[in-house]
Amino acid sequence: MQSSDPKNNQGDSRRDFLKKSSLITAVALTPSVALKAAESQADERFAELFEKIPLNLTVNNKPYQTSIEPRVTLLDYLREELHLTGTKKGCDHGQCGACTVHVNGERVNSCLSLAVMNEGKKVTTIEGLANGDELHPMQAAFIKHDGFQCGYCTPGQIMSAVACVNEGHTTSRSEISEYMSGNICRCGAYPNIVDAIIEVSKGETKA
Amino acid sequence: MEKRMLKDENDRVDGVFKVTGQAKYFAEYELPGLTYGVLVTSTITKGKITTLDTKAAEKAPGVISVLSHLNKPSAPGYEQDGGSPMKIFYTDKIFYNGQPIAMVVANTFERATYAASLVKATYAKEEFNTNFDKAVADSKSKKLQGQPDYKRGVENAYKTAEVKIEEKYHLPIETHNPMELHGIIADWRPNNQLTVYAKTQGVKATQGTIANVFKIPIENIQVNSEFVGGGFGMALRTWPVEIATVMASKHVAKPVKLVITRMQMFTMVGNRPAAIQTIGLGANKDGKLTGITHRAFGETSVYENFTEGVVNMAKFMYQCENVNTQYTVVPVDLGVPIWMRGPGEATGAFALESAIDEMAHALNMDPLEFRIKNDPERDQQRNLPFSDKNIKEAYRIGAQKIGWNERKNKPGSLIDGQLKTGYGVSIGVFNANRGRASVKGILKADGSLVLQSATSDIGPGTGTGMTLIASKLMKIPADKITFELGDSSLPPAPSQGGSATLSTVGSAVNDVCVALKSTIAELAANSNMDATANFVDVLKKNNLPSIEIIKQSQAGKEREAYSMYSFSIHFVKVNVHSLTGVVKVDKIVSVGDSGTIVSPKTARSQMVGGAVGGVGMALTEESIIDHRYGRYINNNFADYHVPVNADIPEIEVHFINKPDPYINPMGAKGMGEIALIGFSAAVANAVFNATGKRIRSLPITPDKILADS
Repeated sequence: MQSSDPKNNQGDSRRDFLKKSSLITAVALTPSVALKAAESQADERFAELFEKIPLNLTVNNKPYQTSIEPRVTLLDYLREELHLTGTKKGCDHGQCGACTVHVNGERVNSCLSLAVMNEGKKVTTIEGLANGDELHPMQAAFIKHDGFQCGYCTPGQIMSAVACVNEGHTTSRSEISEYMSGNICRCGAYPNIVDAIIEVSKGETKA
Repeated sequence: MEKRMLKDENDRVDGVFKVTGQAKYFAEYELPGLTYGVLVTSTITKGKITTLDTKAAEKAPGVISVLSHLNKPSAPGYEQDGGSPMKIFYTDKIFYNGQPIAMVVANTFERATYAASLVKATYAKEEFNTNFDKAVADSKSKKLQGQPDYKRGVENAYKTAEVKIEEKYHLPIETHNPMELHGIIADWRPNNQLTVYAKTQGVKATQGTIANVFKIPIENIQVNSEFVGGGFGMALRTWPVEIATVMASKHVAKPVKLVITRMQMFTMVGNRPAAIQTIGLGANKDGKLTGITHRAFGETSVYENFTEGVVNMAKFMYQCENVNTQYTVVPVDLGVPIWMRGPGEATGAFALESAIDEMAHALNMDPLEFRIKNDPERDQQRNLPFSDKNIKEAYRIGAQKIGWNERKNKPGSLIDGQLKTGYGVSIGVFNANRGRASVKGILKADGSLVLQSATSDIGPGTGTGMTLIASKLMKIPADKITFELGDSSLPPAPSQGGSATLSTVGSAVNDVCVALKSTIAELAANSNMDATANFVDVLKKNNLPSIEIIKQSQAGKEREAYSMYSFSIHFVKVNVHSLTGVVKVDKIVSVGDSGTIVSPKTARSQMVGGAVGGVGMALTEESIIDHRYGRYINNNFADYHVPVNADIPEIEVHFINKPDPYINPMGAKGMGEIALIGFSAAVANAVFNATGKRIRSLPITPDKILADS
């Protein structure tokens, strides 16, 4: 797959740029190693190294130190890197809410947030909501009121529902519906979801 | 965290998994060395690929391979003649816009996505048509496929009736759009061993399709699909993109994961086909139907044919001596459709149930009274008695709950400021199917029961229903029962479709439980124990850690003696804003007449979900195409409007909950389809009652309400 074809196309030019820029930086550091690596077609790994930038964040109270390509979304980072797959991909465009997580306590569509934008922030996903084996009251209420069918939108619904209660948008059924309308449920569990939120907002469900 | 935390035996058995993020859907399995496939799609609608430049993509960082018709990755079944002409990566032909033409496989999702953008194609374009209305208009001289015509009594009898109506109804393309994106993980290993993690409504069907294409023994293929993030029909077949991913894994000798985009959900995994229907109804002045004619054109593709039961309902739902139907399909240059919840019956019911309402209006009758007056005692199509039908009771319950007595028969009578209020009713019906399935039961001395079957749960709560059937029969608490599904190595079961799973697999659960009980009774007798002894004691006394039985179950001769259907009645109250034309559904009452309710909580949710889907079908859902380019223009959740929480009022669900004496041992019939079938007509009828505007073209958007008709 390596090529020295002089007819540059988009991919080649991008890669060449990376190669050059990485080499310039690398030469200043360890010229012989870098040059040798480039010659032995290991430039790919260098490119990879220099395409990534460092990231420190906390997910479900656990600190993570990593380096990551800036184009990786928080959603893909959670799912593909950390294997926290409770956060779902439903559209990748911020239109369905399946990827909802809490960032510093506020609900966020994780598909619309690049992972690197969350430097130093505290992320909570559905996996971090329960207290060990003890379900969060919202999780218990979703089971009690059957606030889901296939379950795919459910983590996002629950993260939004918890935020909805925290935000105080639970004064009526219609207000809850309005503030939960960023989370689509194609199975159509909406009335049950509202029932669950009403119960939690009244403090009736104990996990 | 264990699932055994059921506070109520009617809670979903997988509820804890679903609310904690532990439920694993296909894309969430970790495989060592996993790679990512991203598709490149056609930017023209019809023609041929003339060049495909994959060089730049191949050189891009992290790329392992680019698959296309240029390298035809090995799939022996595609090398043979026959089958669909749209054999992915084995043809240079373009049948529709957005057709996959290449797949980039790379070591990360981002790299594969970027590299896919580097693949460049050129085409030889041909003339195309994606406009279904135009295709139907142009189809007069062509020979079309479809289903056999049906005739009972005099053809087109409505034309000579005392009172007649003849109207045309339009239904746009709708897209299933389950929340989970489609895709698959394929892991092809040496010696032609394949494991896939699929999003499928049938693990056995997926296994069979792959075996066919790759010409490897079925036993070599393991299909896993424990959790499915919704299907609504779109996962009833193994799509070309899944085959492509298996090809890719075989080709690169690594596991490959494909997750298509929301945009691609509109072009790669089917849709509810558009339809144009004409209904003619004739009645005498007393309100008895004397003629029903239902003609329908359904959309199909040019490369594969798709038909469904659009005109079924007209043949038996109303007492009428003269009925004729005709159904033909007309191809357009779009991807092939597939059944979408309620399938063709929901399409047909919109037209028929709107027309019934129109006829009641023409007769100046209450539409409920008109329906009851024409309710059939027997199935005239099959000339059989119904196995079980309680429609009149369902009408009565629903009418009382919605407040039907508030309704005025004269449209536009209920006005409060700028809001006009109306009430509508409709009926839904679907064949109470029962297929053949096998279930293995493992009864253990620790007091637990494991049940296994290669069925699916796309959301209705299959495991919960099966557990409750077994719990009742075996007198074992629900939390001691595990129902395993979504695994092709388990005893065979059909795909989850056509509202048949509870009836089909539930019957096998019943039979295996009966067999386990009789084995326990025999063991008890042989070891001088009381016949009523607990199975734990019996097993222990016999030094047996467990006993296992497999039972296959299927329908018998009862289906020749009775006509078996599930029914639903939908009542809807709407408010229509007189200035904006916005329709807001204010109240919904759905009554299910589908035999015994095995799992009350999940059954209610299924009816609620059908109503929500029905609101979408009625008011907002339409996949719109720019016919100049043959492309969908609203192929995302911001522009294709599925109902959101704020669109949905409180929904009341009631069940007749009487066992059907003939269908199966539980007396229970399916509900997935009837929850939706007919619903859109109830909304259209309510809109008419509110405004006097009859909208015969879905969705009922404000522009249609406000237009001068």
